[in-house]
Amino acid sequence: MEIASYVFLIIGGLFFLLGGLGVLRMPDTFNRIQAGTKATTLGAFSTMIGVGFAAAASGNWDWISKVIIIIIFIVISNPVGSSAIAKATYNSKNIPDNLVQDDLKSRGESK
Amino acid sequence: MKYVTTFIALLLVYLLLAGFVWSEVILGSIVSVVLTMILVKRLNFKIDAKFPIKLLKFLFVYIPVFVWKLILANIDVARRVLSPKIPLNPGIVKVKTELKGDLGKLTLANSITLTPGTLSIDVEDDYIFVHAIDVKGKTEVENQANISGPFEKILGGIFE
Repeated sequence: MEIASYVFLIIGGLFFLLGGLGVLRMPDTFNRIQAGTKATTLGAFSTMIGVGFAAAASGNWDWISKVIIIIIFIVISNPVGSSAIAKATYNSKNIPDNLVQDDLKSRGESK
Repeated sequence: MKYVTTFIALLLVYLLLAGFVWSEVILGSIVSVVLTMILVKRLNFKIDAKFPIKLLKFLFVYIPVFVWKLILANIDVARRVLSPKIPLNPGIVKVKTELKGDLGKLTLANSITLTPGTLSIDVEDDYIFVHAIDVKGKTEVENQANISGPFEKILGGIFE
């Protein structure tokens, strides 16, 4: 149980590291949001499971339920937040010039 | 019926966070009753006879697929981040959805954000605007099959 918790914690830390690297290395806002959202969601997921296992190994089994609730809220709110940032970026006309296709430009014309 | 469901959901969240002790059950019930009274007018969902089947479908079909896609997405991000020259072909594409309810659209948009290489930006009527790192398809239909295809099928059986 303890070993499993360490494995999950290390995997979580690794994905947080990759997310940070992604935010540094990606060239424009949208790609940065992508790297940030995905890596931190799985990183938080994995870290939380690791914490739950570590607590269970020392006898606190009720931590598992708390951890599950936290994971559910993270998984719901993280993509919503990233969409809000992306939409705000687009609306502030801060659009990168490397897009090969931009369907949002024609928004509202389809009606 | 709506009151009872809201109450049970709130109480369950409270108890899972606080732990199963008798004093917590009593306090949690009081808090849940008050919150139910406040919230119930603003919630709009329907509970019908198919609800248990939908819940089981959600738990055992949607969630495994979702977690698998999330892991794939992270491997994809890792591959892009660690390669010396980042492979990019970004674009914003329009994806049509068959789902009508708000909850269904929210779940679909969240799923799209957490799958490899895509980020949903905005929802308008039946369309979701998606930013893709790598635009593969040439036409709208191809993009639709690549981006929302697998989830659309599963969620169609669960939400309206």
